[in-house]
Amino acid sequence: MVQISLRNEADEARHSSGLASIAADLSSDQRAFKNVSWGKAMMWIFLLSDTFVFSCFLISYMTARMSTTVPWPNPSEVFALEIGGTSFPLLLIAIMTFVLISSSGTMAMAVNYGYRRDRVTTAVLMLATAALGAAFVGMQAFEWTKLIHEGVRPWENPWGAAQFGSSFFMITGFHGTHVTFGVIFLIVIARKVLRGDFDTGRRGFFTSRKGSYESVEIMGLYWHFVDLVWVFIFAFFYLW
Amino acid sequence: MVDVPLGVAGVPLAEVEDVELYHPKSWLTHYVFSQDAKIIAVQYSVTALSIGLVALMLSWLMRLQLAFPGALSFIDADAYYQLITMHGMMMVVYVLTALFLGGFGNYLIPLMLGARDMVFPYANMLSFWFYLLAVVVLFASFAVPGGPTGAGWTLYPPQSITAGTPGLAWGIVMMLVSLMIFIIGFTMGGLNYVVTVLQGRTRGMTLMRMPLTVWGIFTASVMALLAFPALFVGAVMMLFDRLLGTSFFMPEIIEQGARLPYGGGSPILFQHLFWFFGHPEVYIVALPAFGIVSDLISVHARRNIFGYRMMVWAIVAIGALSFVVWAHHMYVSGMNPYFGFFFATTTLIIAIPTAIKVYNWVLTLWRGDIHLTTPMLFALAFIVTFVNGGLTGLFLGNVVVDVPLSDTMFVVAHFHMVMGVAPILVIFGAIYHWYPKVTGRLLSVPLGQFHFWVTFLGAYLIFFPMHYLGLMGVPRRYYEMGETAIYPPSAHDLNIFITVMALLVGAAQLAFVFNLIWSLRHGRPAGGNPWRACSLEWQTSATPPPHGNFGKELPVVYRWAYDYNVPGAPEDFIPQNQPPLAGEIASRAP
Repeated sequence: MVQISLRNEADEARHSSGLASIAADLSSDQRAFKNVSWGKAMMWIFLLSDTFVFSCFLISYMTARMSTTVPWPNPSEVFALEIGGTSFPLLLIAIMTFVLISSSGTMAMAVNYGYRRDRVTTAVLMLATAALGAAFVGMQAFEWTKLIHEGVRPWENPWGAAQFGSSFFMITGFHGTHVTFGVIFLIVIARKVLRGDFDTGRRGFFTSRKGSYESVEIMGLYWHFVDLVWVFIFAFFYLW
Repeated sequence: MVDVPLGVAGVPLAEVEDVELYHPKSWLTHYVFSQDAKIIAVQYSVTALSIGLVALMLSWLMRLQLAFPGALSFIDADAYYQLITMHGMMMVVYVLTALFLGGFGNYLIPLMLGARDMVFPYANMLSFWFYLLAVVVLFASFAVPGGPTGAGWTLYPPQSITAGTPGLAWGIVMMLVSLMIFIIGFTMGGLNYVVTVLQGRTRGMTLMRMPLTVWGIFTASVMALLAFPALFVGAVMMLFDRLLGTSFFMPEIIEQGARLPYGGGSPILFQHLFWFFGHPEVYIVALPAFGIVSDLISVHARRNIFGYRMMVWAIVAIGALSFVVWAHHMYVSGMNPYFGFFFATTTLIIAIPTAIKVYNWVLTLWRGDIHLTTPMLFALAFIVTFVNGGLTGLFLGNVVVDVPLSDTMFVVAHFHMVMGVAPILVIFGAIYHWYPKVTGRLLSVPLGQFHFWVTFLGAYLIFFPMHYLGLMGVPRRYYEMGETAIYPPSAHDLNIFITVMALLVGAAQLAFVFNLIWSLRHGRPAGGNPWRACSLEWQTSATPPPHGNFGKELPVVYRWAYDYNVPGAPEDFIPQNQPPLAGEIASRAP
């Protein structure tokens, strides 16, 4: 185990590809993931941790749903909208999902324009993303209001298992909180982009560190994650 | 496909940006709202050790009640359960986790890796203040009406939120909120530790050259980031059960003839969530201890660690396995027996990497130049204690043996040996080892020896007899045995003996506290590297290390952290940043 080399064998292996190059990166010095900044690594690991939070929520919900002795309310009836006398199952949710997925598109475009140093377009796209996110939260508030008017409470509902309301408010509430935080940070970063902070090297108010256009991408990682989580909530809560 | 550019003399250029250090402008930002990992580490450690003393005193009260039931008029059944709950939760989460990861993690990761600081100093600072807030909320529960919760540290529903359990009004709410704040705070710290290890090392510092301390803390931090979410979710759901009247964990309950407004929930679900956190938690505490003890043994036996690579893989394997064993805490919860079989198997498999570690520690010692310094004594004591606690773990990991031993004093003895005494011995050893780096002065040796022998022997005198009590069937969590004829008088006598020992060992910790404070001014000056150790934290430009740790130039690492007694070397240790000596083999063959 005498290791006294300066350059280890990994440097040579780095010219290979596939698994060998991953192994080479991991066994190299300074950084395990080459060309990945600290902020981006932090966000990925945070999202991994957050994945466990949402997984625990969803698995707990599924356990409750499977073990309850009282019938579970039928989601396509509960989440139906009545327009002109016709009941459209899952209409609102379909719109909400469409809005949120679309916001991922504007976010991805913002990242692209950010790296091109196109400040105005980036900021506009980020604000559009924030607006779509806010619209999503707004529709969620509408959905909550509607259900509460129909008598759904965390502890009871008119149609069946009490855990329906509990899980619904808890999981959509937790996801909605994530979206809300996302909207706030989108606006904060859009302001920084518009002001040119990432070009002038202006330091952050709290951290006194210089930011870069990569912040837009890191914000994007979070935003796409929140979107992805919604897909699972949609599938497991509304479609099941 | 990155070409590594070489600078002068074949040293690879830095590919990691230098940390933009925050330079404090006032006393307040220097020492209180500090963003320097070293100060944050001291803040974490002092807070955690203080909580440790409080939790120790709570255990005194419990022991007094068990030995002399009714002697203390203010301890009734309720108070006893409150003591047991607070003692357990404080020790496991607010002392051990915070001290190993927040304390040692913050101090040692940047120094051992040759980094200026953690990668996100601001979040690191917030991490401590969230931790402190969590502590304040936890302690505030002593002052609220009804007092702290008495649900037991596992907080099992339904009893944790039904009438009859003390602290129903406020205590349980404060406990859950405090845990949630702790987890949020830890997440900020944990991201720092993980990213610093992965992306913030100095030149030449590969993952496989990191000291095992860093490997232990790193793996534990990753585990904590994945395990705490389960506790977080469990806490949120129980909080809703308690405050909103949801029934996630609450089945239909008839209480004194009246039906409670709950129904349809699953108490077992909470147990799964809790232990999905709770079992990894054991290793979140144990892995940093493993890492630290490896380094202590290597330094003080002047010998390279035996089987470094195996040690690393054992840490990683234990970390991974610990996520698939959680239900061995639930053999008597009414689980499908096939699950019991699965979880017993995975549990026993963990014995393999653990045994590899123990063998490697012993083989490191074999024919070593053992210096019986205070840290070394604690490290040796750890090995013995850990083997001891580990062996009883094999008993409890088997379903058929566990069932009769469940909820007896045997369990208390087991986990105090393996998770209480063993890691705390490492904490003491680590403090004696690194105190000179933190303060520039050595701790007093006679006081340290006294502290060691009383703590080590005393801990055995406390917990060894407990195994015997457990085998006789003395249950845990009973606040008195009462006039039970089935237990022989020897059981009662043993209980008194254990209590006396617990009081003595607890009191001996005052010697340690005194030592910590006295040596701050009067300790022997340590110099930069009193133990003649190889790893980077001993090669700093000054002791205690200045802001930015290493002066103008960051160190460049040429070797692993265990080059002790290398034949032909001028001294019996070669620091990690020592370039290859004349005549040394320049490189291993690829």
